[in-house]
Amino acid sequence: MTAVVHKPIRHDSAPKHVAGTARYIDDLPEPEGLLHAALHLSERTHAKILSIDVSAALALPGVIAAITVDDVPGDPDIAPVVRGEPMLAKGAVEFHGQPVVAIAAIDLPTARRAARLVKVTYEDLPPILSIAEAIEKQSFLLPPLGLKRGDAAAAIAKAPHRLKGELNIGGQDHFYLEGQASLAEPREDGDVIVRCSTQHPSEVQKLVARVLGTSMHSVTVECRRMGGGFGGKETQAAQFACIAAVLARKTAKPVKLRLDRDEDMIITGKRHDFLSRYEVGFDSDGRILGYDLTLAGRGGWAADLTGAVVDRAVFHADSSYWLPDVTITGLCCKTNTVSNTAFRGFGGPQGMATTEYVIDEIARYLGRDPLEIRLANLYGKDANNVTPYFQTVTDNILPELFDELLASSDYKRRRQEIDAFNAQSPYLKKGLALTPVKFGISFTTTFLNQAGALVLVYEDGSVQLNHGGTEMGQGVYIKVAQVVAETFGISLDKIRITATRTDKVPNTSATAASAGADLNGKAAQAAALQIRERLAAVAGAMLGAAPDQVVFANDQASAAGRSVAFAEVTHKAWLERVSLAASGFYATPDIHFDRASGRGRPFYYFAYGVAATEALVDTFTGEYRFTRADLLHDCGSSLNPAIDLGQVEGGYIQGLGWLTMEELWWDDKGRLRTHAPSTYKIPTARDLPEDFRVQLVSGRANPANTVFRSKAVGEPPLMLGISGWLALKDAVVAAAGTRQVHLDAPATPERVLLAIEAAKQKAMTIPTDMAAGT
Amino acid sequence: MSEPVRFVSRGQVVTVAPDVPHTMTVLEYLRMRLRRTGSKEGCAEGDCGACTVVVAEATPDGKLRHRAVNACILFVHQLDGKALFTVDDLADGEHLHPVQQAVVDTHASQCGFCTPGFVMSLFGYFKTHDKADASSLKDALAGNLCRCTGYRPILDAGAKMYEAGRDDRFAPQEAALVKQLSGLARERMLDHSTPEGSFLAPRTADELAELLHNLPLGDNWMLAGGTDVGLWVTKQHRVPRSLVYLGRVTELQRITDHGDTIEIGAGVTYTDAFGAIDTLHPAFARMVRRLGSTQIRNSGTIGGNIANGSPIGDSMPALIALGARLKLQSKAGTREMPLEDFFLAYRKTALQPGEFVASVTVRKPDRTSRVGIYKLSKRFDQDISAVLAAFHITLDSDTVTSARLAFGGMAGTPTRAKKAEGLLTGRRFTPDEIEPAVAALADDFTPMSDMRASAAYRLLAAQNLLRKFCVEVSSGKTITAEAAE
Repeated sequence: MTAVVHKPIRHDSAPKHVAGTARYIDDLPEPEGLLHAALHLSERTHAKILSIDVSAALALPGVIAAITVDDVPGDPDIAPVVRGEPMLAKGAVEFHGQPVVAIAAIDLPTARRAARLVKVTYEDLPPILSIAEAIEKQSFLLPPLGLKRGDAAAAIAKAPHRLKGELNIGGQDHFYLEGQASLAEPREDGDVIVRCSTQHPSEVQKLVARVLGTSMHSVTVECRRMGGGFGGKETQAAQFACIAAVLARKTAKPVKLRLDRDEDMIITGKRHDFLSRYEVGFDSDGRILGYDLTLAGRGGWAADLTGAVVDRAVFHADSSYWLPDVTITGLCCKTNTVSNTAFRGFGGPQGMATTEYVIDEIARYLGRDPLEIRLANLYGKDANNVTPYFQTVTDNILPELFDELLASSDYKRRRQEIDAFNAQSPYLKKGLALTPVKFGISFTTTFLNQAGALVLVYEDGSVQLNHGGTEMGQGVYIKVAQVVAETFGISLDKIRITATRTDKVPNTSATAASAGADLNGKAAQAAALQIRERLAAVAGAMLGAAPDQVVFANDQASAAGRSVAFAEVTHKAWLERVSLAASGFYATPDIHFDRASGRGRPFYYFAYGVAATEALVDTFTGEYRFTRADLLHDCGSSLNPAIDLGQVEGGYIQGLGWLTMEELWWDDKGRLRTHAPSTYKIPTARDLPEDFRVQLVSGRANPANTVFRSKAVGEPPLMLGISGWLALKDAVVAAAGTRQVHLDAPATPERVLLAIEAAKQKAMTIPTDMAAGT
Repeated sequence: MSEPVRFVSRGQVVTVAPDVPHTMTVLEYLRMRLRRTGSKEGCAEGDCGACTVVVAEATPDGKLRHRAVNACILFVHQLDGKALFTVDDLADGEHLHPVQQAVVDTHASQCGFCTPGFVMSLFGYFKTHDKADASSLKDALAGNLCRCTGYRPILDAGAKMYEAGRDDRFAPQEAALVKQLSGLARERMLDHSTPEGSFLAPRTADELAELLHNLPLGDNWMLAGGTDVGLWVTKQHRVPRSLVYLGRVTELQRITDHGDTIEIGAGVTYTDAFGAIDTLHPAFARMVRRLGSTQIRNSGTIGGNIANGSPIGDSMPALIALGARLKLQSKAGTREMPLEDFFLAYRKTALQPGEFVASVTVRKPDRTSRVGIYKLSKRFDQDISAVLAAFHITLDSDTVTSARLAFGGMAGTPTRAKKAEGLLTGRRFTPDEIEPAVAALADDFTPMSDMRASAAYRLLAAQNLLRKFCVEVSSGKTITAEAAE
């Protein structure tokens, strides 16, 4: 029995959130002499910079400084992985909206006014705007990743049935409610402290040091909380921190740079949109025999994390299915658009959605319920259980989850009811889809799977906790605090959660890949265990028992039928000159991957889930509503079921938004025209499925040795949203009266209506349903 | 002569510093001047709700009327004579307000950045509803975006906040607040000027006419709810010489039922006009419930929606289909015109210098009338329409005796489909016989492609909406994927 972990404990900041007292970067007390920064953005999509004139901006009263890339004292390249990402445009602009000049002024309105007075002259260069064009022109950021097993082409050629097709899956703006923000303050010795809304303080620290031409020990980065991250503040917070730091260096004043919503959406990268091309061979039961898939992701103008994102798309293109002969290729396309970046799922959703779509196509071709095709191809437990990257799936619980959800969602009866409804309803059509999630946990870049923590116990028995995990709403602070409280057997109110700081724990990885609680929980537990061991010796002496007999629980140390308060033990330890501080460290064991051979075990374990979503479509307009959704998601032995339920529900809705209403729209000049909530629509309260039933899988501890046998939960549930998109496809099939339909994502009302129309037209010109098959 | 702006906060009368410019928003004032940072900026355009505050006004019958509004597009000077509640004001020390406690108890905050706005929208709801019901709660929260939770727990909080009843610590002080507010009522027009410009709030239509007579258009803007003008300031970075606020002009706030027509003053907010609109036609009310959000409808006015000449104002096609007539007023007197004649071109109207929109008058549909109003957008709530179709036909048996088909989103102005109207009139209103009219919409309109919709979709959807209207009229049933209310 545990006292604190596995309990539905509220988010540590909840009372502050509701009272407006939880501070974000722009809410912090402003240091004396603070300057405010603003950016001048490129007005061209791809062009050589001929001249930059900041004189009018500098002439505006209140303007203190204007910098270009030439004013960066150190190395201006702030790329996280592959070099080539200057802090401000260098020589040329590569997308519409790229920051060119930064201004510092005495107040924000003045800075923003001055930024608009900067004059840049350009010589236009030809831009590449689409993925297809990038593929055609071989415009790539990085070499492709290929996975290969057997001979896919031969298997497809030999297969009884074949399908070939193409699918477009749109990108997604993070739309964290708090935009990017940093506040840099100069200190002694050329040091700087940067308060930044970032998922990756250590990288911000490294890049600020780089642009200032100094060492990491001169830079401290702090993040208490973010107003949402979702991957958007993994690498891309650094640019604004660096600009603030350079302006602070130049002016010798504190500088705050907070982006306006439109600027944020124009400048920062998004979820990669993908163009997928597939060919699949299968038998009459829908079993896949050969699969050849190319996943082309739009990296935009710079690499950022695109290599790893496309890798993860490739790793998840198996979705949950056994693919005997398979070739999967991932392309990193370079275009003159914003540099796309991490976003919850990190490519995994695009790979998974593609194959779920292909499964659906196989079912339509054969005239079967897609559910049957899913079950026919599902990874086996003892056979047919090796991924295309040769990792054996040893912890598969999908067969059980399918059974559970089929029963709890009453799938089969509802399937019949929906067919009956559609037969008698001429204008409204329903659709239903049930899809699985299998998501690999670990950074695929193996060395990133490490974490550190610092636990400080004070002699009064109170504890300060610090670790590399950053809090963006997902609850990593409370989860790790629960782990530490459990380890010491003390109540949570004895633990003070402190801001993530690079001067407390060094060289941390980003809070990303769903791994925040897994990694930092283990590191904090390791630190706490060291201290507990020392305390056990002290308590043992106090209680007249051996140290290994001492039990820490209920804010007490107990042994031999006697107890002493935890605070008394810590006080005694202090008097006896026992150290009450420890740092903990964790590195995920047993993982490795060799890119060249495409083989390895990149993931420590998998997290699973299943969802069934039902949609109702108005076939006059393509408008729709989700009438019911049933979700079943696996969190292992959840560290905090209340927090995890929030991740599951929120992830599903975010996934649903990505695949349905959230549409990024660039005009023919390469300008993003959906850069504010007036034009870019994320779900609202009404978009929640009317009948929403969400369960966490119970009674299934993680077989892998994770912290209290829990599972990572940040990203996997997002992919439960795929069921909503395919429910719409199911309704389109019913509306079109033909099984040959095509539905790209996002499936906006427009795409749904035009998909129905296109299918009707095609059915009229092609005599049978099957004509396009083979 | 410059006068200070006064409003009530935390039981105290706050006098706004004389140097606060006329274009400073309430959010900027709170965050930058007072450094009360509970209210957040998420978008600065009234679309995300993170800045939501509640403004209370004394009504003529001596009650308090609480309204949730977006502080990011509300100018400080619009608070004159009102009471302001922000998220910083709700808790009593450590003791959370029932609304706040419910949000904590239902795990309804994750990153917390949107939370202050949700708390204030819920507070506005709490102050105006006896209990929570799912549909109106979703209406109340449609203007608040959350990216973390998926909303289920927030909706649960809306129900849970009533567990201890409706009273809160503000309830006992309401009578005193009404009295305090009546003490702030002005005898004369508010005129507050700084070197940057002026904020002018006339109290009567004559005062307004006189004022506009002396102000050249262009640099001087009329301000009603600010749901559009606010964005000219926050997004387009424009600074008017003066803002002439219509919210205090008594005559513009009236709704008059003349029996067979209803006259709605130009300054009436959508929230206040809702009853009148519902009287005109329930389909109109259904559409208005989706127009903007609660915060936008609490600020935005029908007159403002008309006068700004936007091609995408959702009410315009509905009003045109219903045959609305506009009353324009100036120092020289008043004149009337059919609403559709008011729109000359994209963002260009028939409004003359010195003139303002006084009211709009709409004839109530009679027994022979059939009305259908359809809003089409990517998202159900708070989304600008790709197409707005408003149909009003009269029938003799099943033969069309008159037809008014008005569309938004299909051209540079809200426009009638004259050719299609001609092809409907005199024919039977059946799915087969309307097809020539449906086809004629392609002659009436050449829509454009933009981020909201492609030209092809706009045209096809417009045609299908006419088909849908016909099916609905013939069958007497509504066909919709929307949730039942």
